[in-house]
Amino acid sequence: MGATEQAAAQESLIGRRIPKMDAPDKASGRTRYIDDINVPGQLHAHILRSTQVHAKIRSIDTSAARALPGVHAVITARDVPWQRPIGVAKDHLPLKTDRVRSLRDEVAAVAADTPEIAAAAVKLIRVDYDPLPVVSDPHDALKPDAPLIHPEPHGDDGSPHLKPGAPVAFTGKPDNVAMTFDYAQGDVVAGEAESDMVVEDTFKLHYVTHCCMGVSGVIADFDPKGNLLLYSNTQVPFLHKREFAELLGIEPGRIRIIQPPIGGGFGSKLDIYPFEPIAIFLAQITRRPVKLVFTREEEFIASPTRQPVLLKLRSGCKRDGTLTFRTVETLHDNGAYTSWGATTPFVMMQTISSLYRVPHCQYHTKAVYTNNPYAGSFRGYGNLQATFAVEAHMDKLADAIGMDPLEFRLKNAQEPGEVTPQGMNFKTCGLKECLTTAARRSDYQRKRRENAARWNDGNPIRRGVGIAAMLHVGGGAKIYPSDGCGTILKIDDFAHVTLITGASEIGQGSETVLAQLVCEELGLPLSAVTVVNNDTDITPWDVGVHASRTTFIAGNSAIGAARQAKAKILAAAAQKSGLAGGELDLKGGHVVRTASNERVLELGKFIRSLHFSDKAQLVMTSFYYEPPSKHQDKQFRGDVSAAYAWASQVCEVEVDTDTGIARLLKVTGAHDVGRVLNRLGIEGQIEGGVVMGQGYALTENLLVEGGVTRNPNFRDYKLVTAPEIPEMDISFIETMDGEGPQGAKGVGEAPAICIAAAVANAIHNATGTRIYAAPFTPENVYRALHGAAEPPTWNAA
Amino acid sequence: MSIKVEIGFRLNGVARRVSVPADLSALRMLREELGLTGTKYGCGEGECGACTIIVDGVTVNSCLMFAADCDGRDVVTIEGLAADKRGERLRDAFVQHGAVQCGFCTPGFVVQATHLLEKHPHASSAEIQRGIEGNLCRCTGYRKIVEAIADATPAAR
Repeated sequence: MGATEQAAAQESLIGRRIPKMDAPDKASGRTRYIDDINVPGQLHAHILRSTQVHAKIRSIDTSAARALPGVHAVITARDVPWQRPIGVAKDHLPLKTDRVRSLRDEVAAVAADTPEIAAAAVKLIRVDYDPLPVVSDPHDALKPDAPLIHPEPHGDDGSPHLKPGAPVAFTGKPDNVAMTFDYAQGDVVAGEAESDMVVEDTFKLHYVTHCCMGVSGVIADFDPKGNLLLYSNTQVPFLHKREFAELLGIEPGRIRIIQPPIGGGFGSKLDIYPFEPIAIFLAQITRRPVKLVFTREEEFIASPTRQPVLLKLRSGCKRDGTLTFRTVETLHDNGAYTSWGATTPFVMMQTISSLYRVPHCQYHTKAVYTNNPYAGSFRGYGNLQATFAVEAHMDKLADAIGMDPLEFRLKNAQEPGEVTPQGMNFKTCGLKECLTTAARRSDYQRKRRENAARWNDGNPIRRGVGIAAMLHVGGGAKIYPSDGCGTILKIDDFAHVTLITGASEIGQGSETVLAQLVCEELGLPLSAVTVVNNDTDITPWDVGVHASRTTFIAGNSAIGAARQAKAKILAAAAQKSGLAGGELDLKGGHVVRTASNERVLELGKFIRSLHFSDKAQLVMTSFYYEPPSKHQDKQFRGDVSAAYAWASQVCEVEVDTDTGIARLLKVTGAHDVGRVLNRLGIEGQIEGGVVMGQGYALTENLLVEGGVTRNPNFRDYKLVTAPEIPEMDISFIETMDGEGPQGAKGVGEAPAICIAAAVANAIHNATGTRIYAAPFTPENVYRALHGAAEPPTWNAA
Repeated sequence: MSIKVEIGFRLNGVARRVSVPADLSALRMLREELGLTGTKYGCGEGECGACTIIVDGVTVNSCLMFAADCDGRDVVTIEGLAADKRGERLRDAFVQHGAVQCGFCTPGFVVQATHLLEKHPHASSAEIQRGIEGNLCRCTGYRKIVEAIADATPAAR
């Protein structure tokens, strides 16, 4: 360790701007993503997808494809009778047997010597379909005479199964309802009776998709003993290990998942999708490694989406601004199969019941099967949709009783110490400070008054400001038997640390923040740490990267392992130096006296002396952190997260009323993040989340018509580009969470959540028109401003 | 199978001769025939910029260029830049400014930024934003990328 590094290691690393550890490789083109990995002897796979939105498969003729030179295998459902349904509701067979239910459906697959041969072979497969009536609107799907999407059982083959009693097959559904959630607190009838003002509206949120820059891919490779090595982009390697084992009927221990660096996740990789089992089947059948990588068009068509939601909201308040009740019904377009999208009401109901204090609350949801693309999990997990509606009503109610929207929110905002009727315990809560900070720094109240005063001045170019706030889990989310993460830490003879963590890295910077937390404990510079985080044969268990949990959960786990190592070293150092353990600390690569920072022992030398002594000790520790959160009961009550994150964002827009073009000029955000650990990293999360929220609000719209995705490319699906980004003013509210690592809470999802809601409020402030359906593309805004929009309607039974 | 063409070009400063299928893209030649995987496939239709390379001093989407059209040209990829001063400066700026998250788009941005700063060494932030308009990033929100490039201009050094 050089002198500068030693000096740097004396100072705290917390709150500093720490560059991402893997960035130099990534910026040099050295990083190998899944598509950059080639296994000797590998075959290339390609999938034949349905050309029909809904149809019976009469026959599949693969003879010409099989005859093509270079083709090693062509498979249909008949060739893999051992396949089992996958996904959240186990309603999805990887290869379809007798029926296709959406345009993305996998009908057959080829493994060949080259990607070209595989693609050519797929074109030679002839499928005879018998078209069925298409259901593309969830309202229609609920009608009594609606065609059923899953009328029959599928996947029942009687093959042996690991878990006795676990479903080997999907039993079919007598109607098109995939999943329902019902939640209630208080008495909404009584709540409405004591209201002075009641509003009711229907909101509609659209399809968007993740658009990870790296397309999906997988490599499956069996050894001669039947052990599976899977190179996978999964966000939840340990859960998927088990799922793949069940799928294959082998012991989970025989599956090893290696996660190469992942080209973007955002929730898209929380579920197994058919392409993964299909690659595995092809590898089983050909006894060769099989690589399968999507095209971008395939990525658009066959990846999950954010869930489109129709939401009816009725809310009320008293004249003094106290919220009284809220009744919510939502209809979720599930698509043809069930993935995590169907479960987003878990998160939506937290916002509905607990972002603000609402004594009486009721929430009914239905996720409905259609022949559309199916919805998965996506950063924010339903919260963008719920916040959009709730925050529109906060503005509407405030307007209706003549109260300033900021004052109205502050009057109903949660405070530290609140335990909500849903059971969430807000041990730290910076909501009020977030609201006032965002409002003050954006000059929200003055601008809002002035903008509204200009509604009739004839200028077609208008300005508007809108505010929104959000609540999201910030200390994990206990939805599995454990919400924990394991860490193994070893310090070598030269005081170099290898941090082996269960946490998955998808670009968010977990490896850096975990290394930082460990260095903080051990008094070492970041260069003294190597992070190992991507191989299930090596890393300890973790539930996966989701729910903004990694910094909090994996961070506490890493700190736990580092503290054990530190205790071990200091105890030995005390013995050696004759000083008491409490008088010693680790700083700047040395054992030092706590009081004076005087160096007692050089760390590397001391660790070597432990190793090469009679006792021959290595410094290695392991720690498993389980957050002190609780599972929800059957009524959805429970403190599911060890901490909760809060934020408020003010959006300023310019609307050209002649063209309908709405531009996002500025976002002023204030985030309760507990504590800033890596300032550079947290700014990156927030800026990226804001711009993702901007895309959701203004530019992105996956057009699905009659089950057909009309714009599966970056030409017609508009991601925000560099010239369009808003000015961003971000403040951090540091509430120092008692359970958080160094006081921090999760932040990954938060920044994307408020934007659409705040933009809708800003457009209203600019124009006087409230738009109930996103996105705010020029066409939609123009229609709304000129009375040509059809507001969303609720006619579900 | 398509016919093969014999071509010769400079790749990252070194003369290369290769035989490529006539319908192969420059992107696939780089990645699959020459093992330079720093240039990424993001969309295959020139919309995302992840496959940006420099050909005769101009950036192109290598997914839209035939490999055969590299014949007689001077081609620079991210691997070439990473081994040269210009690339080093930009790489360090991207790292220091937090302009890298998942990193999949990063090579394309670094290549595009190299070209941008060569043509407009004194580019303003707004000009930098225009200059990287053809490159998509889903993680960072672009701000830190713009700051990194601005910090690599001669004025900032």
